[in-house]
Amino acid sequence: MNFFSELGKYLLLMKEVFTKPDKARVFFRQIFIEFQNLGIDSLGIVIIISVFVGAVVAIQTAYNIDSPLIPLSMVGFTTRQSIILEFSPTMISLVLAGKVGSRIASEIGTMRVTEQIDALEIMGINPANYLIQPKVVAAVIINPVLIIFSMAFALFGGWLACVITGMVTSTDYITGLQGWFDGYTVFYALIKTSVFAFIITSVAGYQGYQTRGGALEVGTASTKAVVHSCILIIIFNLILTQLLLV
Amino acid sequence: MIEAKKINKSFGEHQVLKDVSVAFKQGKTNLIIGQSGSGKTVLMKCLVGLYGIDSGEILYNGRDFSRMSFRQKKAIRQEIGMLFQGGALFDYMTVEENIMFPLVMFGDMTLQKRKDRVNFCLQRVNLENANKLMPSELSGGMIKRVAIARAISLNPSYLFCDEPNSGLDPQTANLIDNLISEITKEFQITTVINTHDMNSVVEIGDNIAFIYKGELWWEGNKNTILKTENPEINEFVFASELTRKLK
Ligand SMILES: Nc1ncnc2c1ncn2[C@@H]1O[C@H](COP(=O)(O)OP(=O)(O)O)[C@@H](O)[C@H]1O
Ligand SMILES: [Mg+2]
Repeated sequence: MNFFSELGKYLLLMKEVFTKPDKARVFFRQIFIEFQNLGIDSLGIVIIISVFVGAVVAIQTAYNIDSPLIPLSMVGFTTRQSIILEFSPTMISLVLAGKVGSRIASEIGTMRVTEQIDALEIMGINPANYLIQPKVVAAVIINPVLIIFSMAFALFGGWLACVITGMVTSTDYITGLQGWFDGYTVFYALIKTSVFAFIITSVAGYQGYQTRGGALEVGTASTKAVVHSCILIIIFNLILTQLLLV
Repeated sequence: MIEAKKINKSFGEHQVLKDVSVAFKQGKTNLIIGQSGSGKTVLMKCLVGLYGIDSGEILYNGRDFSRMSFRQKKAIRQEIGMLFQGGALFDYMTVEENIMFPLVMFGDMTLQKRKDRVNFCLQRVNLENANKLMPSELSGGMIKRVAIARAISLNPSYLFCDEPNSGLDPQTANLIDNLISEITKEFQITTVINTHDMNSVVEIGDNIAFIYKGELWWEGNKNTILKTENPEINEFVFASELTRKLK
């Protein structure tokens, strides 16, 4: 029962969020600020995680292939498939749910408990639209860009690991990377990413917006934002995979 | 003038406002006083539409606010300025951006005109040259003054202040009270102030409505309040040793 009442409240809030912005110029300026806050500020952590996980995936794949019948270029191929299909879109989105989700929930939650949201409303502004819409729109656009960076750096990390350990030659790895490539997998990954970006920002926005009380409740809202969006990402990952790949 | 007629407001089982009828006059500082928890903030938030009311009417110069559509409300909201208890400044914006915000969202002034207006408002609250400061760099009194400047930036006809001098030292509190009172007279604003501060009551109480347990218990002004026989009022007014001695 609780779940359905939360879902209802979430949908009602989304109805307010997706209305026409009061001032187009202000809206576009906000989007660019969010590109910075949500996108460029996350680039560092995305690159670091991607390089290391890419390296680990490549090493584990190489380690598991010990049959002389399987060519070593399979390492490049398998690494590429795992990274594009699953690691970059899903795992990086989970990381972003932690980083971006908690940031949004605590920012909006603080505005709620310090009456800044009331102040917006008094001025005749729709606070849900003003605060949440630019974040959702910006993340849905910028997260796929982050994921493309993540893919590139993860594949580079894999190459680095192969070359440094000497388990696979550079030529083999690159041959594998280029083999049997289907552009649809990238499309699938980016669609997933955008859906996850919507989940992260709208759930965090909802949690922040619902906050009542004080600093303690802001903390709770931020934790809930992360936990709920992670669970939703996992569930939608399964649904989208069924819909788009099978 | 703002009139509230037979306002009722409950949160679940808990009825906070009971048949409250009260009028607030233009060009005057209208005070709502009462103990903590008596329902002052709820009444104010009902008046400005942050809370919906269960029954009753709220008239802004005769216009029935409580029955308006969202769009009509929006028009009236642009005539309303509000000073929140904690200031409620947008903490990611500078002082200047805070005051300019309503002008950006609703005006079609040029940038220069907006800057002039910001400087005028800042000057009015005696905070010249604070333009580039962030809210985190301001003292409690300065936050209130910037919040007043933001509230008057669109030239409001109605000004609401929720405990404007709570958390301030007596001198600064007095300064804020006088500032609000001056602005009210100067621009002929209908000003409504929530307070439980007796200093404000005797200084700027043009009209006073005393709320007791969610009901309008007594009405008067800064002169009559000191003479009334009403026991609940006396208990509130002469709560401290100091005021009893003065009596
Ligand atoms: N959003 C709310 N939900 C439930 N009860 C509330 C809410 N806001 C205020 N109340 C209750 O209404 C009563 C009056 O509160 P308030 O108007 O804030 O008092 P004050 O006169 O100190 O401003 C209190 O008992 C408070 O618990
Ligand atoms: Mg109060």
